[in-house]
Amino acid sequence: MEEMIPPPSPQEQQERLHEEKVSRRTFMMNVGIALNALVALAIATPVVGYVLGPVLRRKEYLAWVPVGNVSDFPEGETKLISFQNPFTDAWDGATAKIPAYVRHTAANEFTVFAINCAHLNCPVRWFSESQLFMCPCHGGVYYADGNRASGPPERGLFKYPLKIENGKLLIQAGQMPTLQNKAKLECPGAGQAEPPKIVARIEQCPTQGGRPAPGTSASTIG
Amino acid sequence: MPDARGPTGPWYKRLYDWVERRVQLEGPVKEAALHPVPKSTASWWYVFGSASLVLLILQVATGIMLALVYAPSAAHAWTSLEVLNHDLPLGWFLRAMHGWGSNFMVAVVLIHMAQVFLFGAYKFPRELTWIVGVFMLLMTLGMAFTGQVLRFDQDAYWGLGIGASIMGRVPWIGGQLVHLLLGGPIISGATLTRFFALHVFVIPGTLLALTGLHVWIVLKLGINEWPMPGRIVRRDTYVREYNELAHNDGIPFVPGAVWKDLVFSAAILFAVAVCAAAFGPYGPKGFPDPTIINTVPKPDFFFLWIYTVLSFLPPEMETPFILIAPVVAVVILVALPLVAGVGEKSWWRRPVAVFTLMFVAVCWGTWTHLGTYTPWSPVMNAWSGAEVPPDLLHGRTPLERQGANVLQEKQCRNCHALGGKGGQRGPALDEVATRLTEDQLYRQILLGGGNMPAYGSALSPAESTALVRYLETLHPGYQPAAEDASRYVVGDGGRVPPNSTVQRGAGQTKVR
Repeated sequence: MEEMIPPPSPQEQQERLHEEKVSRRTFMMNVGIALNALVALAIATPVVGYVLGPVLRRKEYLAWVPVGNVSDFPEGETKLISFQNPFTDAWDGATAKIPAYVRHTAANEFTVFAINCAHLNCPVRWFSESQLFMCPCHGGVYYADGNRASGPPERGLFKYPLKIENGKLLIQAGQMPTLQNKAKLECPGAGQAEPPKIVARIEQCPTQGGRPAPGTSASTIG
Repeated sequence: MPDARGPTGPWYKRLYDWVERRVQLEGPVKEAALHPVPKSTASWWYVFGSASLVLLILQVATGIMLALVYAPSAAHAWTSLEVLNHDLPLGWFLRAMHGWGSNFMVAVVLIHMAQVFLFGAYKFPRELTWIVGVFMLLMTLGMAFTGQVLRFDQDAYWGLGIGASIMGRVPWIGGQLVHLLLGGPIISGATLTRFFALHVFVIPGTLLALTGLHVWIVLKLGINEWPMPGRIVRRDTYVREYNELAHNDGIPFVPGAVWKDLVFSAAILFAVAVCAAAFGPYGPKGFPDPTIINTVPKPDFFFLWIYTVLSFLPPEMETPFILIAPVVAVVILVALPLVAGVGEKSWWRRPVAVFTLMFVAVCWGTWTHLGTYTPWSPVMNAWSGAEVPPDLLHGRTPLERQGANVLQEKQCRNCHALGGKGGQRGPALDEVATRLTEDQLYRQILLGGGNMPAYGSALSPAESTALVRYLETLHPGYQPAAEDASRYVVGDGGRVPPNSTVQRGAGQTKVR
């Protein structure tokens, strides 16, 4: 025990090694180490690209995916659909299919919501009777238009960019929506007003002159 | 010592000598086994470290067994687990041993850590032992999480979603981190192979290396002596004092202390086997098809507390907390021996340490308990599955019964309980009429507020009238419904109201 702790200090070890330090052989050993380091570096650098592959091929996955004919979605309804992920491998199995909600409000006015809760990505469920999306994980609730109703989410549901071509509804999909890649809440005509960071993480569109809060229009209150 | 004179004795002795003369391991092994330890360390409190090691070995052994069959492919992983469960002899038992072994390992590691903390074992000169141990804990939790992913079911799929969502909150590089974590833009086959490599090579490899280092340091520095109040750790005297303790009042580690380690390890292994045989393997639960959205994802036991914390954080705290708190926690654990490396070891003289440990334990226990029944989550099928108790319908008018119908149909029960059934997100409605007047009920339902969504656009005027009429009847027979006094006066032709609620109780529902 006694001879083991405390161990020799770095200076003592250094002194012990000192006489062997400067010799032709140690020089050659250092050259050998340097050679190995060089070769390792030369081999490893391209391999970093292999590991970072999923990040580097960033843009490939964003594709326009058809999710059905416009006529498939009755006006005034929100429908659960699933689409084939544009970026798949043969061994993906069932995970290649991704669910989403299509909401048809008025003639050719569509919204496509990601299934993922804006809180922690759990699958939200649509209840047409109460016109709410509810999340089973931490109790996030959203209104039919995707706005946050209650619970821990910081924002409304994620929306896929969409377009209609030849009577088909297409969405730009392929990646998991997270606060980073879909963090911008699109407020119609809101201009460049930036909410202050951190302090106001609950992102809400500024209420425009007289625009009522969801669910409070005069006709429904009566 | 090997006999140098040549072959003598029975064949196994000669074989042993032949090998020993070549590997020469007997010396160092004997030195490690027979080194003196303070007598006080031969205690039942000192068995958790060795038990953790034994459980790690069990996990490696059962893990290799499972890897013989498991297919790390998103298309086949779930099926291969079903084959293990049902088609291969004792496949279910190996899965159960691995699953329960993991639970026991996390538990024993945490107990080991608490014991070491309470006994002041992280103090000089054992600071690095503790710091290495902190990273071993992180590796153990990493194994538990990645293992849950390899059990590729719905919980694993959505658990990955939660992980990705947390990653995605990192400023600037969050998006790239998510892609790196998932092996692609979204959870897919590439994600599972990635987590397979982590669970089977990267993390266990690191954990084994750290374990070797951890045990090596323990052997070199000696086992922490039983802390005594007043025996202060000082950098210049501790080593001498410890050596005196170990040599003058010590016993050889083998067999003096090791027999308790062996007995406890055997007991733990037996307990794992009993749990595995009695409770069977974990899952796999539902097939990992993301289009099956009727699922209630839940993490494994040792992550339930995180699940709870994430549901209680206010939205504006969420991102800062998720990103900062784990870093702070690790920094505190690593800095602990560097900041508090000397002084008293005994828990009798360390009230702050003792209360910190108790506080952490109580928090953890409470959060885990809450996580088992998730009162914050809507019960998704309560509106169709939990009926209105008959006595809450008895004697109601048709309009009021129609209101009960609306209550069910509009999913109110998903968050509000009646007769003890339904969600717990919002308050139970059994006696709601005693708390809210008619006007307040209308306001609350139509405009929401206080974490309740506004139902204004989901209810017709007729529906909301019926609903409020029904809710107005929900009060016990001995307590009238809350009323707006001013309304009463107006309704009564402006006369002064009676001066007590008992007198006003005339309007209450008598049927109960």
